Amino acid sequence: MKASFFHNSGRLTRLIFRRDRLRISLWLLIITALTMITAFAYTNLFTTQQEIMIYAETMRNPAMTAMMGPGYGLDNYTYGAMMAHTMLVLTALAVAIMNIFLVARHTRRDEESGRIEMIRSLPVGRLSNLTATTLASFTVNILLALLTGIGLFLLGIESMDLQGSLLYGASLGAAGIFFAAVTALFVQLTANTRNAIGYAVIFLGISYLVRALGDVSSEALSLLSPLGLITRTQVFVNNYWWPLLLTVAAALAITALAFKLNSLRDLEAGLLPARSGRKTASSWLRNPLGLALKLQRTSLIAWAAGLFILGASYGSVFGDVDAFLESVEMYREIFIIAEDIPFVEQFIATLMSVIALIATAPALIMILKVKSEEKASRIEHLLSRAVSRKQVMGSYLLISLAASLLMLLLSAAGMWTAAAAVMADPVPLSLFLKSALVYLPAIWALIGLTVLIIGYKPGAALFSWIYLGYSFLVIYLGEMLQIPDWLSGLTPYGYVPKIPIEEINIPALIILTIISIILMAAGFRGYRQRDIQLSG
Amino acid sequence: MAVIEIKDLAKSFGEVQALDGINLEVQEGEVYGYIGPNGAGKTTTIRILLGILQADRGKAAVFGRDAWQDAVEIHKRIAYVPGEVNLWPNLTGGEIIDLFVQLRGNNHKSRREELIARFDLDPSKKCRSYSKGNRQKVALVAAFAAEADLYLLDEPSSGLDPLMEKVFQECITEFKEEGKTVFLSSHILSEVEKLCDKLSIIRQGKIIESGSLNELQHLTRTRMVLETKEEIPSLQDLRGIHDLKKQNNSHSFLVDTAELDKVIQHVSKFGVKKLESSPPKLEDVFMEHYRDEGGES
Ligand SMILES: Nc1ncnc2c1ncn2[C@@H]1O[C@H](COP(=O)(O)OP(=O)(O)O)[C@@H](O)[C@H]1O
Ligand SMILES: [Mg+2]
Repeated sequence: MKASFFHNSGRLTRLIFRRDRLRISLWLLIITALTMITAFAYTNLFTTQQEIMIYAETMRNPAMTAMMGPGYGLDNYTYGAMMAHTMLVLTALAVAIMNIFLVARHTRRDEESGRIEMIRSLPVGRLSNLTATTLASFTVNILLALLTGIGLFLLGIESMDLQGSLLYGASLGAAGIFFAAVTALFVQLTANTRNAIGYAVIFLGISYLVRALGDVSSEALSLLSPLGLITRTQVFVNNYWWPLLLTVAAALAITALAFKLNSLRDLEAGLLPARSGRKTASSWLRNPLGLALKLQRTSLIAWAAGLFILGASYGSVFGDVDAFLESVEMYREIFIIAEDIPFVEQFIATLMSVIALIATAPALIMILKVKSEEKASRIEHLLSRAVSRKQVMGSYLLISLAASLLMLLLSAAGMWTAAAAVMADPVPLSLFLKSALVYLPAIWALIGLTVLIIGYKPGAALFSWIYLGYSFLVIYLGEMLQIPDWLSGLTPYGYVPKIPIEEINIPALIILTIISIILMAAGFRGYRQRDIQLSG
Repeated sequence: MAVIEIKDLAKSFGEVQALDGINLEVQEGEVYGYIGPNGAGKTTTIRILLGILQADRGKAAVFGRDAWQDAVEIHKRIAYVPGEVNLWPNLTGGEIIDLFVQLRGNNHKSRREELIARFDLDPSKKCRSYSKGNRQKVALVAAFAAEADLYLLDEPSSGLDPLMEKVFQECITEFKEEGKTVFLSSHILSEVEKLCDKLSIIRQGKIIESGSLNELQHLTRTRMVLETKEEIPSLQDLRGIHDLKKQNNSHSFLVDTAELDKVIQHVSKFGVKKLESSPPKLEDVFMEHYRDEGGES
C-alpha cells in the first residue's frame, strides 16, 4: 500500500469530528453517566452484609450467568465486583451498537449516497476515508475508556481502585474497537448500508449468544466471543489485562483485512455480489401493505430467528438452574415466595422481561420505517397515487403489531423448546406463552407512542429509542436491585405482572391497551393533518 | 501531449458490459463533449478517469499518468462535478466549499466569493435545506474556485435553471480562453454543441462517432414543422429529409443539418405560413443514423 493511499486522512478525520461532535459527545456522556450512576446506586441499595450475601448467591445462578457472564469474587463480594459483573456486558452491547453506527455512517452510508465520490475526486487517497473513520472510532473508544474509568475512580467507592476502574473503561473501549473493526470489514462486503449494519448487528447477537452458551457450558467457547473475552477481565477482583490485549489484537487483524479489501475494490461496490431483483412486481407487492412487508421482510426474518435463538439459549440453562437450586439451601429459604410455585419459574419471569424489551426493538423498527421512507421522499410516490395516509400508516402499524406478537411467540417457543430438552420435569409451554404475551400491551404502548411522534413530530423519533433504553435499564436493574417504584412507574413495562410469580393483573393490561389505542388514534390524526416532509 | 488518453478501455459490472473498448484523446486547451443516452457509459468512463473504478483492460491516462495508480497526483490538477450531488446535511454550503478547497490544498478566497455571487448561492444554509440545483451549485463553486488544468464535468447542468445554466456556460467559455481543458458529458447534444470543439458519441459502451462539430454535421438533424400556402409536391424525394409525416397542410420532418439550406430554399417557393424548428435530439440522431446504415438499433 502506497503512502498516497492515505493522503489527507487527517483532514477527513477532523471532518468526522466536526460532523459528529454532538452525536459523539452525547454517546460519551450517556455511557459515562450511566456507568457512574449504577455504580453509585449499588452503594445505596445494599447496605448490610446480609443483603450482599444474598445478592452474591443470586449471581451463582446459571440463568444470571447466561444473561450477564460468570460471577466472580462472590465469596467476598464488593460493590465494584457487583457493578462490573452486572453492567459490563450490557454496556458493552451499547458501546458496540454505537461503534457499528459510527463506522457504517462514515464509510458505507457516505459512499452509497455519493459523497465519497466527491471526496475521492480531490487529492485524497483510496484508503483515506477508511483510515479517518478507523482513527475517529478508535479515538472515541479510547476517550470512552478514559472517561468511564476516571469517572468510576472519582466516585471514591472503596472497592473501586484506579487500576480496576481503568480496566473497566478499557474493557468497554476494547469491545468498541473490536466492533468498529468488524463493521469496517462488513462495509467492504456489501454495497448497501442497511445490509452492512444488519450483518454487524447479527454478528453482535451471535457474539452474545456464544458467550451465553459458553459461560454456562464451556469456557473455551466463551473465549471465542469478544463479549466473552472482556468479561474475563474480572474487574475489581483479579484485574486481568490479557483478555483486552487479545480483543484489541483481533480487532487490529480484522482492520488490516478491511483495509486490504478496501484497496482492492471499486468505489461504491461491495465484494459480495448483489442479487438482481424481479422484473415485475409479484401480486402481493401491489398494495401498500405488501410493499411495506417486502421492504422489511429480511429484517423481520432476521429478528424472528434471533429472538428464537435467544429464547432457546436462555432456555437451555434451566437444567442447570434446577440442579443449582437443589444444592443451595439458604437460597431456597430466602427466595421462595410461595411454596406452590416451583423456583425455576421465577427465572422464566426474569428472563422474559428482558426478552420482551428486546422484542420491542423490531416492532419499533417496523413502525419507524414510515418515517425513514418519508425522509427519503419515497412516501410521496404512494401518496400521489390513490393511497391515503391512513392506509400507509395503517400498513406499517399492522406489521409492527404483528411483529410484536410474532417475536414474543417465537422467543417463548424457543425458550420452551430448549428448556423441555434439558429439564427433568419440564414446565408446560402455556406457562412460557403466558409469561411472554402479557408484555404485549406494554409493547403496544411504545408502538403507540412512536405513532404519535411520527404523527406530530417525526424529527423526535429518537425519543422512542431513548425511552426503550430507559425501560430496559429500569427493568433489567430492577430484576436485581430494589429500585424505587416511581422509576419503574415511568415505563409501561413496570406495570406488567411478572408471570408466573405474580398474579395476572387484567385491569392494568386493559388500561395499557386503551392508552396504546388512544396514542395510535392521536398519531393517525396528526399524520393525516401535517405536511409530508420534502427533501430536495 | 494529450491531457486525457483512453485506449481500448473496458469495464463490466457483473453481466453488464458498461464500456467495451473505448478510444479517445483530449488535447490541451480543448473543450470536449462526451455525448450519449442514459446508461451509455459516460459516468463509468469519468469514474475510471478519476481512479475510483478500476478498468478491466485498456489504458486510461490523465496528464500522461495512470488514472488508477497515480490518482492523488492527478487530482491535484483536476476539478470534478458529478451529475448527482449529495452533501452532508448538517454542514453549510460554505463549509463544504472550504473543505473541498482545503483538501486540494490551494486557496483562492476572492475567486470563491466571486463564484458564490455569480451562481447566486447562499453559503450559510445547511445542505439539508438545499434543493438539487443548489447542491449542484455548491459542487460547481467548489470545483471552479480551485486552480485546475482539467475540468471533468458529468452532466453538470442537469439541475440548473436556465439563468444559472448561462452562468455555467460563461464559466466554461472563460476556461477555454484561459487555455484550460474541459471534458463535459451530456445526454443532450444541443446543450454542449455551443461549447465544444470536439465531440465523441458513446452508445452501449462503444464510441460510435467522434470528431469536430463540423465533421459530425452529417449526424445532426433538425426537426421541423412546416405549413405552406401551396401544396409542396414530392417533399419526400428531397435530399436530407427523413421521417416525414403529413397532417392536413402541415408537414413534420427531420432535416440533415448539412442539407438545411437547400431544403429551406426549396420550400420557400411555396409560400411559408408557419415554420417551427427544434434542435436535434440525441435519440433522433441515433435512431435514424443506425436505421439508415442498417446497423443494430
Ligand atoms: N455500480 C454499478 N453496478 C452495476 N451496473 C452499473 C454500475 N454502474 C453503472 N452500471 C451500468 O453500466 C452502464 C453504464 O452506466 P453509466 O456509465 O452510469 O451510464 P451514463 O452515465 O452514460 O448514463 C449502465 O447499463 C449501468 O446500468
Ligand atoms: Mg451518468
